[in-house]
Amino acid sequence: MKAVESPGLTDATSLRAFMEVIIERSPADETEVLVTEQDGALTRFANNGIHQNVAERNTTVRVRVVKNGKTGVASLNQLSAEAARGVLARAIEIADLQTAGETVPLPGPAKAATVDAWFDRTANATPEERADFVGAICRGAARQGLKAFGAFSTSGGQVAIANSKGVFHHHRGTQAAVNTVVMGDAGSGYADRSALDVASLDGEELAAEVIEKAQRNQQAEPVEPGVYEVVLEEYAVGELLEFMSYVGFSALALQEERSFMRLNERITGEKVTIWDDGLDLNGIPAPFDFEGVPTQRVDLIREGVAVGVVYDQQTAAREHRQSTGHGLPAPNTEGPYATNLFMAPGSVDKSRLADGIKRGIWVTRFWYVRVVQPKASIITGMTREGTFLIEDGQLTRPVKDLRFTESMLEALAGTVALSSTTKLQASEYFGATRVPAVRLQRFTFTS
Amino acid sequence: MRDLSMAALDAAQVQGASYADIRLSHRVQQDLTVKNGRLASVSDDTSEGFGVRVLVDGAWGFAGSARLETQEVEEVVGRAIRIARASARVQTAKVVLGPPVTSKGNYRTPVVRDPFAVPLSEKVDLLLRADAAMAAVAGVTVREGSMEFLKDRKVFASTEGAFVEQEFVESGAGLEATATNEADFQSRSYPNSFGHQQGAAGYEYIEAMRLDAHGGRIAEEAVALLTAPQCPSGIKTIILDASQVALQIHESCGHPTELDRVFGMEAAYAGTSFMTPDKLNALHYGSREVTITADALSPTGLGTFGWDDEGVPAQRTYLIRDGLFVGYLTSRETASVLGQASNGTMRADGWNRIPLIRMTNVNLEPGTSSLAEMIAETKDGVYMETNRSWSIDDKRLNFQFGTQLAYEIVNGKRGRMLKNATYAGSTPEFWNSCDAVGGPAEWRLWGLTNCGKGQPPQLAHVAHGAAPARFQNVRVGILK
Repeated sequence: MKAVESPGLTDATSLRAFMEVIIERSPADETEVLVTEQDGALTRFANNGIHQNVAERNTTVRVRVVKNGKTGVASLNQLSAEAARGVLARAIEIADLQTAGETVPLPGPAKAATVDAWFDRTANATPEERADFVGAICRGAARQGLKAFGAFSTSGGQVAIANSKGVFHHHRGTQAAVNTVVMGDAGSGYADRSALDVASLDGEELAAEVIEKAQRNQQAEPVEPGVYEVVLEEYAVGELLEFMSYVGFSALALQEERSFMRLNERITGEKVTIWDDGLDLNGIPAPFDFEGVPTQRVDLIREGVAVGVVYDQQTAAREHRQSTGHGLPAPNTEGPYATNLFMAPGSVDKSRLADGIKRGIWVTRFWYVRVVQPKASIITGMTREGTFLIEDGQLTRPVKDLRFTESMLEALAGTVALSSTTKLQASEYFGATRVPAVRLQRFTFTS
Repeated sequence: MRDLSMAALDAAQVQGASYADIRLSHRVQQDLTVKNGRLASVSDDTSEGFGVRVLVDGAWGFAGSARLETQEVEEVVGRAIRIARASARVQTAKVVLGPPVTSKGNYRTPVVRDPFAVPLSEKVDLLLRADAAMAAVAGVTVREGSMEFLKDRKVFASTEGAFVEQEFVESGAGLEATATNEADFQSRSYPNSFGHQQGAAGYEYIEAMRLDAHGGRIAEEAVALLTAPQCPSGIKTIILDASQVALQIHESCGHPTELDRVFGMEAAYAGTSFMTPDKLNALHYGSREVTITADALSPTGLGTFGWDDEGVPAQRTYLIRDGLFVGYLTSRETASVLGQASNGTMRADGWNRIPLIRMTNVNLEPGTSSLAEMIAETKDGVYMETNRSWSIDDKRLNFQFGTQLAYEIVNGKRGRMLKNATYAGSTPEFWNSCDAVGGPAEWRLWGLTNCGKGQPPQLAHVAHGAAPARFQNVRVGILK
């Protein structure tokens, strides 16, 4: 469980030496070096067989220099001495060629927490282990006359950042994720799991969930669009949170007046508490950001009241405050990003969330969600792979997928109950959410 | 490069591969952003490496690495072979690639001005001029202009004897103006949605956009939208501008005709397709106004190339002909299932990804109408311009789009500006309601650089030729 050197990754001492050489050689006033490295593999399956199976090793060396008030950024995916010279020279060249712009202040040294997010068995997972894991899902589906589709990935990666003000941080972590759709002739089910430790993924439990969902979701009939009381499973709630982060949880969105966050005002129901915490091992930890600032826990919505947003160096400087450690790699015009989101659970067993609902909809997951009006927090999307009618507290029949168009804040204003357990979901690109299932009083399906 | 390629292919065959290919890529990308009158970012990013794809016992394996060293190549080939053998443990049918592909040659994007040779100061000056034009409009709160340039040198070689070298150049740019008040947030962009239009061309493509001449107009429109009335709901005639038609083609024709989706290869991620093989040559996908081609030969198209990433030559093929569904976008593996040869649409997002079926330039062929004629012929309708939001189900049937700008059409004339316009429908019903498509004078290629597909995720650069088009009896305005 302790971190050891993975054959696919550069050891931390060599990495630090490589970065320090760039900083020492740099003629710029300020220099920052960010290195990310990943060794990962993904096994993809369809129609009960593996159809794509890939692996890669890659590195990115990103150098930011500030010279006479002008910033240059260049990156290269090589770790050689020649590459170091080349990427520094190009960053300097860009800075020299351009006119002065807004410079982002580099942070000074500050201690970042050490988070042990490395599991050897995830980093060293073999293609045979991945094949056997997905093979069990496929065989389980085939035994029921169903077909399984999905992907299973394992990876180990590291991030290191250093700057000319003396910052050096290094973090390595592993991640395993599996998602699967199981289809019958007239419907399908979905399930996914994510973990730092591949050994904690239970293939049999996953297969049982998705097969049960697929069997239940056959021969769906349409239901009239309209406003329904709903239960959203964790898959749907996680996506909702990601869109709230995208639209509203960044200081830049607030500064540019496009965020739905109205600080110190009640914006959702009081059962809703949401925060970001890059240090929590119940998420996918990131103890510092891509500017070298230690990550802080930031409360975003507390008992329904908007209480905070996340900052990077630039947005913090504009308000004369400290970054919360949510910066993205330079150059960044998108602002800070909350990528380790948590939603507080409630006290209701998930299986009892539909209790008392006279006529409602149970949603497994959302699909193709897009922002319609950011300031009003309105999004649209489809339900997918497991939408059911709730009648008198029971899931009585599957219904055809529905399109929703709804304000996230208005929906959460009607939060009736949250499940007592939460589920981790890795984001497609970076970070994760850990959320409960929720019951909402009103949710608008438009077609 | 040739030596490295041959060494990898030899090693793969020695270790038991019945087929192997290698792609080496060296990609440079430059991005510039000017925001609110100041240069906000400039960066150059370079990525190079190689990927080896092998077939062993009829099963696929792939591995890639950024380390272009002989020892690493040998190790990566071994990794790909081991992965393929693992794939064979959970296999339902052996992969068949169909006839061998033995392409040889060179291809380069035609370029007048190499964008990487244009001084940075010239690019920044143009963006600053466009920014100043936006800044001159009172009420604009955020202004952004950006450029992106890309150069990708690729080598493809296979054990069947294919060896092709290609160099692609892309140039893109755009503007976005935003106006806000306490209750609302409205943006307008030029030339395309989300402030970006890109083509396979040199810097001349950027010069032709005349960014500085359009900054003031979009800024005025963004401000005007704040006080414009909400687009009313109802069943209406709609006329879409060419860029929105392009996205409609992308989502509702491009994706569902990808044959890998049809066969379930994307089922757990991007989804499947309603355009199943039983509907081929039977489904009346659209009206007779609707003819859609996949044309990898269109000049300046982001889906234009010499050969795809399986070495298959670029070609033009029909997907929809006079409204009838007649063809798919295919790969060697998927085409062979239908007893066909690949029509060359396999592309990978870099050396570290496997090729997938991707749209090339999927074009709605020009019609005979014009925007002015369409408006003049419409009694009660809405004209919608520039995408703002898009969403479609996993089978590519149920869609909803929103646009940045709309105008009511009353008795053949353009009326009031409307905001927050959306329309929704079902794919075949929608395309069958198309009764007019603009002619060649209003037809152009629109580049999209964010087409997502695959696990691990890949982004493809694709294009769509489109002109304004009119649709009848469409559901407009679903917002509460």
